[in-house]
Amino acid sequence: MDEIVILSGKGGTGKTSLTAALAQVAQPAVICDLDVDAPDLHLLLAPQRLETHVFQSGHEAAIRPEDCTQCGICAQMCRYDAVIPAQAAPTIDPLHCEGCKVCVTFCPAGAIDWRPRTCGEWYHSRTRFGRMVHAQLYPAQENSGRLVALLRQQAQELARQQRIPLILSDGPPGIGCPVISSLSGASFAVIVTEPTPSGRHDLARIVDLCAHFKVPAGVVVNKYDLSAPRAEEIAADCAARGLALLGRLPYDPAVTAAMVARQTLTEFAPGGLGEQVGRIWQAVAARLGLPQAA
Amino acid sequence: MKIAVASGKGGTGKTTVAASLIHVWPDPVAAMDLDVEAPNLHLFLHPEEIGRCRAFMEIPEPDESRCTFCRKCSDICQFAAVKVLGEVLMVFPEMCHGCGGCLAVCPEGALRPGKRELGEIIWGTAGAAPFIMGRSRIGEAMSPPLMRQVKAHLSRIAPPQIDLIIDAPPGVSCPAVNAVMDADVIVLVTEPTPFGAFDLGLAFKAFAPLGKPMGVVVNRAGIGEDAVYRLCERQKIAVLAEIPYDRAIAEAYAEGRVVADAVPAVRGIVEALARQLQAMDRPAPKEVLHG
Repeated sequence: MDEIVILSGKGGTGKTSLTAALAQVAQPAVICDLDVDAPDLHLLLAPQRLETHVFQSGHEAAIRPEDCTQCGICAQMCRYDAVIPAQAAPTIDPLHCEGCKVCVTFCPAGAIDWRPRTCGEWYHSRTRFGRMVHAQLYPAQENSGRLVALLRQQAQELARQQRIPLILSDGPPGIGCPVISSLSGASFAVIVTEPTPSGRHDLARIVDLCAHFKVPAGVVVNKYDLSAPRAEEIAADCAARGLALLGRLPYDPAVTAAMVARQTLTEFAPGGLGEQVGRIWQAVAARLGLPQAA
Repeated sequence: MKIAVASGKGGTGKTTVAASLIHVWPDPVAAMDLDVEAPNLHLFLHPEEIGRCRAFMEIPEPDESRCTFCRKCSDICQFAAVKVLGEVLMVFPEMCHGCGGCLAVCPEGALRPGKRELGEIIWGTAGAAPFIMGRSRIGEAMSPPLMRQVKAHLSRIAPPQIDLIIDAPPGVSCPAVNAVMDADVIVLVTEPTPFGAFDLGLAFKAFAPLGKPMGVVVNRAGIGEDAVYRLCERQKIAVLAEIPYDRAIAEAYAEGRVVADAVPAVRGIVEALARQLQAMDRPAPKEVLHG
């Protein structure tokens, strides 16, 4: 089973538009949205939910004011400044609380409750291109890495059950916790960049991360015609690092028009952008030696 | 006043707006890039570097000779960073959240304070503006600890009375909330597309509990659809500025230029935005009552 994850470092380079189009041309694949924080793939693939599950992860502390003796030990020991002093008894700010249990353990009055934290929901769904596993972390929650790991596990199980050889995942931006969780152990990373200073800078960071986790990667240059010199710099960077250039897409308002129509690039512009996505997929499939390769 | 420039969706123009605001800001101002995973503000402000330092977090270092395998450390650890397997004490440094619980709970001194590198803090000046940024180490999972240290370092390089513009990371989970939680005003940059509108809705939900004034900048106005505007109306959050969809703006950005300098029409828009933001920084109602 192969697991391909679409990443970018910098946000907004076109990961989701590309993933949706690849989901169409790469069938059969289990589709997965690993951007659990701000997931957008569902807006293009209109998944019908088959199952909804609550995601609980970690705990949060809560002080019972009636039992608190105001000794101040919790505030002293908390390294996240989550204990807010108040007149009756201090309170715990859930936005700061890391869920480490230190205050609960060291409170001499045993006045701090330890409640499971509900962080989001995850779903099994059906789309017009096959089954999809996705989630929504509740806003301002953490533990997105654990939710990403759970989604990957679900996608792998589904792929095994249905004998589908491929998992195609839309990844989160950045290079931190959820990205590491998306990337480690994946078969291949498709990195979407753009010919801008930010795109190039963050491409280098995500390529370093792929190397760190020993995941092979290839690069797609989106909006390649925005700046010829920058696009050349990126091509040179890729050559210097031995990275495959998988293809490129133009700066084209049709990408937005497709999004507004809730269609993939391959549905909206089968001859233009769609054809170019098809070539990108051929390049990926050839790298992985997939049967879908022409 | 402190202004955080944030967004739900990535790539909507946070850095464009933050860099432009710095360039037109009428009062003394400092710039802080808290997108430590993918910091980009320096690519546009070109700060002259004054210094840099590596940032660390305290994590446990095992001393097995003292360990009695009582498991108090592995019991308190919520992050699977300390484990006692039979008669083996193991620390997984990358899993540690630095809470210090195991160090405090170990009765034998079998865990000593050690450290893990989070990344680096870099500071300098961009024109007249003090500038500071964090850059996380490749492979470091946690951003908020480095962000906290960048924020703490700011007081060493900028006088407290000057204004501050913060470039925040994308998303609406812990790093994004951490970047905006100390701001006086949150500016949400979005685009009039289905992705922009959906993620803006998430940002409203995530940031509303902070109780700070929020305003929206619609970038690439004219492409897409009007769902973003309807959302702002429903949520009663003002659209403070619209930056038109224009290939020339995207090309200026691609060339590494601050668009408020490169495109005269944008300069006027950002100057008006700066005035509105300054007007939003009013004292909280509670203080008015006591005053």
